[in-house]
Amino acid sequence: MSVDKTKIAEQFITAIPHSRALGMELTSIGEGTAEIVMAYDERFIGDPETGVIHGGAVSALMDTCCGAAAMSHPRNPGSTATIDLRIDYMRPATPGQRIRAQAECFHITRSVAFVRARAMDDDADRPVATATGTFTVESS
Amino acid sequence: MARSRPEPVQVVKQRRDAALGALVRGVPYIGFLGITFDRRGDELTAIMPFEDKLIGNPLLPALHGGATAAFLEVTAIIGLSWSMLWDEIESGRLDPDDLARGRLPSLPKTIGFTVDYLRSGLPRDAYARAQVTRSGRRYASVHVEAWQDNRARPFAQASGHFLMPPRDG
Repeated sequence: MSVDKTKIAEQFITAIPHSRALGMELTSIGEGTAEIVMAYDERFIGDPETGVIHGGAVSALMDTCCGAAAMSHPRNPGSTATIDLRIDYMRPATPGQRIRAQAECFHITRSVAFVRARAMDDDADRPVATATGTFTVESS
Repeated sequence: MARSRPEPVQVVKQRRDAALGALVRGVPYIGFLGITFDRRGDELTAIMPFEDKLIGNPLLPALHGGATAAFLEVTAIIGLSWSMLWDEIESGRLDPDDLARGRLPSLPKTIGFTVDYLRSGLPRDAYARAQVTRSGRRYASVHVEAWQDNRARPFAQASGHFLMPPRDG
């Protein structure tokens, strides 16, 4: 990452209270791509029987990562908001492991950014969840 | 035909509230988000009181899309579990005191969940209700709506499909 992008990446999460509360860390940002990591935390458990992280926390991770990808696209001049987000859960994330989301803004118009993402635990070959979403493109 | 005398209302209410409380308290993430449930008969309303840590855009400020999605998903899962438990409690197949003592049922698992963001989530308390639109042995479908000041102007809605926990019999 260039110095500029690294700085943006550091500031990105710090500026979003909810993402900071969930301990998210932006590990990579490109031109319409982003990667964010969220550490395992017992406060985020959704299934008390198994210790698996709540789908809602995975949604927050996916939403943040997709939003970051949409904002980082060179043809997106400013801020963004989610229009819709669909998440499919392939399997439960392994308790104790961090979750890593990778998002890609694969198409953008003057008003809408189309983004897809997947989330993985330590076994990157078998995604935990996938997401597709649309985001607003707002003038700066 | 002689009918047995109905139980005093406060006994019934206390039992149902204890069962619901145990179900909700069992999930750490619900506590993390500060979500509570208000019960009127079998109808539940989820409440997410505003907190700074729920903000996604500090300039507006607006709720984080992820916080909204989680609120809707929590409402759907608890709503679905509650509708399943309600029948079992009322028919006597399940002892609500067992639930209150922490012997909790397995929760439905989310297969897919789609959230539509209709308006910006304001820095205010949010409310949501779930409607189970289809409930089968293995799969269930739920629709959820969330609003803030005005019930007729929802700020988000979602629909999801869930895998039901295996049941005896």
